[in-house]
Amino acid sequence: MSLTASIAASAVTAADDSGFHAPGPGSFELPAVFEVAGFGVTKPMLLLVLSAVVVIWFGIASSRSTSLVPGRLQYVGESSYGFIRNSIGRDNIGSEHFVKFVPYLFTLFAFILVNNYFGLIPFVQYPTMSRIGFVAPLAIISWLVFIGSGIWKHGPLGYLKHATMPSGIKGPILIVLVPLEFFSNIVVRPFTLSLRLFGNMFAGHLLLILFATGGAALIVSGNIFYGGVGVLAFVMGIGISFLEMLVMFLQAYVFTLLSAMYIGEALADEH
Amino acid sequence: MDTAVVLAAEESHNPLLPVWSEVILALIVFAIIFFIVKKYVAPSFEKTFAARTEAIEGGLAAAETKQAEADAKLAELEQQLADARHEAARIREEAREQGAAIVSEMRQQAQAESTRIVDAGKAQIEAERQQAVTSLRAEVGNLATGLAGRIVGESLEDDARQSRVVERFLAELETAEASDAAGKDA
Repeated sequence: MSLTASIAASAVTAADDSGFHAPGPGSFELPAVFEVAGFGVTKPMLLLVLSAVVVIWFGIASSRSTSLVPGRLQYVGESSYGFIRNSIGRDNIGSEHFVKFVPYLFTLFAFILVNNYFGLIPFVQYPTMSRIGFVAPLAIISWLVFIGSGIWKHGPLGYLKHATMPSGIKGPILIVLVPLEFFSNIVVRPFTLSLRLFGNMFAGHLLLILFATGGAALIVSGNIFYGGVGVLAFVMGIGISFLEMLVMFLQAYVFTLLSAMYIGEALADEH
Repeated sequence: MDTAVVLAAEESHNPLLPVWSEVILALIVFAIIFFIVKKYVAPSFEKTFAARTEAIEGGLAAAETKQAEADAKLAELEQQLADARHEAARIREEAREQGAAIVSEMRQQAQAESTRIVDAGKAQIEAERQQAVTSLRAEVGNLATGLAGRIVGESLEDDARQSRVVERFLAELETAEASDAAGKDA
């Protein structure tokens, strides 16, 4: 018990003098910053709220001016909104219904993107989406949205048929195919959505902690060769940070894109 | 030690299992953002996009109208120009014809005038000749009378003088006749 406690504590506060302990899942379990009526408010929770403030501020500030010749902030807002609207929404959902889903997709993308980048912002340095508790609800909402739009378009049974029976296939093969399609199109999607985002953020952050704390432990170890390797670890950490910048954007993009594709698929006419 | 226990409890937490407070918080925060985006942000952007599209399309339509108007105007002006050229050519042709007509008329008039003048001259000459003949006749008569008087009045002193007078008279008469004939010829 005391051993695990000391591992957790050392992982949280980086390497301490008593020796290096590799970061693990415990690195993501931070103590409550403060408590409200016995309920512990943690750093990721505060960050989640902060992300809401950032997204809402950006949305309102960039859309407040509706001039035809946009200013800088309006241009950034219009570009990102237009990117979600046209490249993700219209191209995947189809021009008939996509407008209804654009607010959802925009919220999803902006929310995930800001929370991901919290992992690299100095002094914040915690990708909120490495908590599956924040990711799972988003995946479940996407799941409900695409299933709901499928039912809205085809009716409950019609949608079930639409989602599980590939057109043009007849005969006994359906006995195998229908459960498989049901599994892949309906059951696993929320899990793959959430695990993809969660796993990338979790692993990326773990990697950064490892390079940073490991590098620090090597440098202070007193051995000149270890110190050299520690410097190398820091350099690698910087490189990984840039890679993470790409991954953070890509994961937000992929989550939004897949949500849009699922909706588009559910709304598609019989193919 | 209390912190260590809490940490230990959380460390044993499986990162794949969601913490329910976080799930609820995420739902609430997401709902708030979605509400604001849906209510304010998206309509505003859509409005701007629509207005911009409309402005561009309106501008294009206006430009097309203007272009069509300009084309129509140009065609009209060209038509007018062609008409004017045609008209000018017609007027020039007319003027040339009129000029030719005037010149020929003038020529005719001049011809007539000259004929008239020549005729008048001839008539006057004839009249003067008639007058001359008339007066000559009268004069010849007078002369003859005079001569006869002289012959009669003068005593026939000698034959020689007598014959001279007659001869002179005849000569005079002949010259008068010759001049008369010459006048008639002319």
